[in-house]
Amino acid sequence: MTTILQMQGITKTFPGVIALDDVNLTVAEGEIHALVGENGAGKSTLMKVLSGVYPHGSYDGVIEFRGEECRFSGIADSEKRGIIIIHQELALVPLLSIAENIFLGNERAAGGVIDWHETFSRTRDLLAKVGLKESPQTRVTELGLGKQQLVEIAKALSKEVKLLILDEPTSSLNETDSEALLNLLLEFKAAGISSILISHKLNEISKVADTITVLRDGAAVSTLDAKGSHVGEADIIRDMVGRSLNDRYPPREPKIGETIFEVKNWTAHHPQHSERKVCDDVSFHVKAGEVVGIAGLMGAGRTELAMSLFGRSYGTNISGTVEMHGRPVDVSTVNRAISAGICYATEDRKTFGLVLDDTIRRNIPLANLGGIADGIVIDENRELAVARDYRERIRIKCSSTAQEVVNLSGGNQQKVVLAKWLFAGPEVLILDEPTRGIDVGAKYEIYAIIAELARTGKAIVVISSEMPELLGVTDRIYVMNEGRFVGEMPTKEASQEKIMSLIIRSGHRN
Amino acid sequence: MSQEAIHQPAVTKPAPSGTAGASASFIRKHMREYGILLALIVIMAFFQIVTNGILLKPINLTNLILQNSYVIIMALGMLLVIVSGHIDLSVGSVLGFVGALAAVMIVQWDMNYILAGVICLAVGAVIGAMQGYWIAYWKIPSFIVTLAGMLVFKGLTLWVLAGQSVGPFPRGFQLISSGFLPDVFGIKGFNLLSMLLGVVVVAVMLFFGLRSRFRNRSSGHDDEPALFFFGRNFILAAAIVYITWALSTFRGFPNVLVVMALLIAVYSFITSRTTIGRRIYAVGGNEKATRLSGINTERLVFFTFANMGMLAALAGLVFAARLNTATPKAGLGFELDVIAAVFIGGASMAGGVGTIIGAVIGAFIMGVMNNGMSILGIGIDYQQVIKGLVLLVAVIFDVYNKNRA
Repeated sequence: MTTILQMQGITKTFPGVIALDDVNLTVAEGEIHALVGENGAGKSTLMKVLSGVYPHGSYDGVIEFRGEECRFSGIADSEKRGIIIIHQELALVPLLSIAENIFLGNERAAGGVIDWHETFSRTRDLLAKVGLKESPQTRVTELGLGKQQLVEIAKALSKEVKLLILDEPTSSLNETDSEALLNLLLEFKAAGISSILISHKLNEISKVADTITVLRDGAAVSTLDAKGSHVGEADIIRDMVGRSLNDRYPPREPKIGETIFEVKNWTAHHPQHSERKVCDDVSFHVKAGEVVGIAGLMGAGRTELAMSLFGRSYGTNISGTVEMHGRPVDVSTVNRAISAGICYATEDRKTFGLVLDDTIRRNIPLANLGGIADGIVIDENRELAVARDYRERIRIKCSSTAQEVVNLSGGNQQKVVLAKWLFAGPEVLILDEPTRGIDVGAKYEIYAIIAELARTGKAIVVISSEMPELLGVTDRIYVMNEGRFVGEMPTKEASQEKIMSLIIRSGHRN
Repeated sequence: MSQEAIHQPAVTKPAPSGTAGASASFIRKHMREYGILLALIVIMAFFQIVTNGILLKPINLTNLILQNSYVIIMALGMLLVIVSGHIDLSVGSVLGFVGALAAVMIVQWDMNYILAGVICLAVGAVIGAMQGYWIAYWKIPSFIVTLAGMLVFKGLTLWVLAGQSVGPFPRGFQLISSGFLPDVFGIKGFNLLSMLLGVVVVAVMLFFGLRSRFRNRSSGHDDEPALFFFGRNFILAAAIVYITWALSTFRGFPNVLVVMALLIAVYSFITSRTTIGRRIYAVGGNEKATRLSGINTERLVFFTFANMGMLAALAGLVFAARLNTATPKAGLGFELDVIAAVFIGGASMAGGVGTIIGAVIGAFIMGVMNNGMSILGIGIDYQQVIKGLVLLVAVIFDVYNKNRA
């Protein structure tokens, strides 16, 4: 097989940091090449070098693409050669149509006048190729994330792509959409398009990748052949973290006590479409020291359930009761929910969890400012002591607690979110996708925190789209689909197949 | 409270090393704060030289303070508004309207001026609250609500005054702006009370500065390097003592300076040391995250605007007292000076960033330039151009710093 891309001796330094250290990467024509590594290992930097975001001259090393040495001075250069990168954060304009987005900057036009007929007909062809059945005139904002991802790929196809780079394409997709996307990659492969796939999801990688390159601390530590023989996930993880990870979940002896938290007949309606129920007559309970999972597909209503419970932060026309220790409590505002001992750590830490430009020290006490103040006067020394305490206890890696959270890695940001809620002193902690977008090592640490909280008698609810994670950390699992709880089982008796079949069968009932 | 120890997880990554020189990183982080103070000093030095020393003459210093008092008073409220992520374009019109209201009540209705003053402050708060209501609870952009307010109150000012200037005010009311601290010691040509007050202020400032520095030290706060701490305090103390001395040799502290200094102290404390202040910064930094932390963000924004309205009313009284008349043109364009002062002082349009001291220094930069250029006889045309450029440069400096960090 011929080589399409050869990157040799790539070294990229930022002031004081070596981001990439003599990295070699070879991609064969028509293969799917997976790039894995912990956050900060240099994957994105490497791809930015490749796509010209860091222009020639700002790094050392040689890039050869289709047999020619390339000196890209910008992303437009690399796109001209057929190297297209799709970033994790989608770069679509929400209020423009699919067709307008696909040809943005590359308009089908004659003398500045757009040829809408050609634009739409070409868009239809492209959408057919990615299997998206939408009108080219649909606005992007009306599409789900999975479909938006497909629009991005269609956009890449419109530019005669030779090498497609996908940066964590499935991180915010549900299992069905992820599956569809991966199948699409396999189709491209058959059509001769090479891809580089950056992903944290090892099961996906072992499914589609031909070759796997593992990056660690800015260096390529190994390249594994994934064709034919099955590469063990354990091998990949060992190379990623530089040590073997025998157990991905910390061991734990559940000590389960009385029921602390009980929700009865909880119903909430969609804020815009008020006839639609996002939670329909949901009842569940959590005991002291118990970790309860809520499984379900994206859009099942899990986040909506949690947010409607947490001070009615989502939904309208909400009914049902919440009990703590058998007594009904008022959770009608966030403040009351916190006072009742209920905390909710959001799935979207950047939008809903953190004041990004503020320091670690000032983020942690935000939900419990009274805890660091006398009356209304903040005691800065107590604030510092609290921040240092959590920094040590849950191992927030930072140069100082005066560091701004925007500069932390995803895992450490998540720990700041957790610290904020721990400092609010909850009895019930609802964690929504607590490990989304964070690397394997940090995930383990988050699991360890969850286990430790349960040991100290907290009631914990974990909402997660990653079923292995639910199976690994919880004691009991509820299954949610289309706003309803459709099953419940002890984790010991649960399996991915069982959960999926509950979801699928409940879907058929309608 | 969850004070249980959490065991260290078995899997760890080595912590990234990265403790650069404390001094260098401190400068980088606080470039803005020192930069603006430095800019004020440089600008003052420049005008002091080119005006042949007129700028810092006691009489001109007194003027400088009186001329800028209302901008500074409004800048305090505007800082809170801008930090919370909003803007208030109506303050100039509200200032004019309240001045007109005061004139009508005091001059035409013969109302007691203290009662009228209290009513005016309440009216200002209500005006701010009304605008804040739409902004906070209905989520109507503050730019639009206060733009409407600006037009409405400009019109109402004309209506209240029936297009005429109304004045003069009784002597007692004028004293807000033109009064000075009484010379209780009776030394001719020197207001000892003012001098003593200035010295006490410096002493208190140094005491609290040192105390908090020692406390921070003992709890291991990463604080500013000694050179900066002492340098900053020395400059500030020297400046205050000089200004105090200069003012004392003229007529002493203007009443409005005392009011202003108190307000600056109070608002500085609120923004930096209280839970309310912290919440306002959090709202501006990330409104959604703040609401999900159990903070009533709507009420906070509402009160920020009510407070702004009240301060605009106070500024209106000060301004009317200074002119000794209420005119339909009072307050025209003041909102722009106030907003410019806050942005020059380092606040961010996006919210969440800015300090009271920065806004005050920003106001003084504008004030010194106005005053200095007027002394030099530079035409109003050039003055506007230069002020505009200074605002632009200040913000470019900000953005440049931020990108480099």
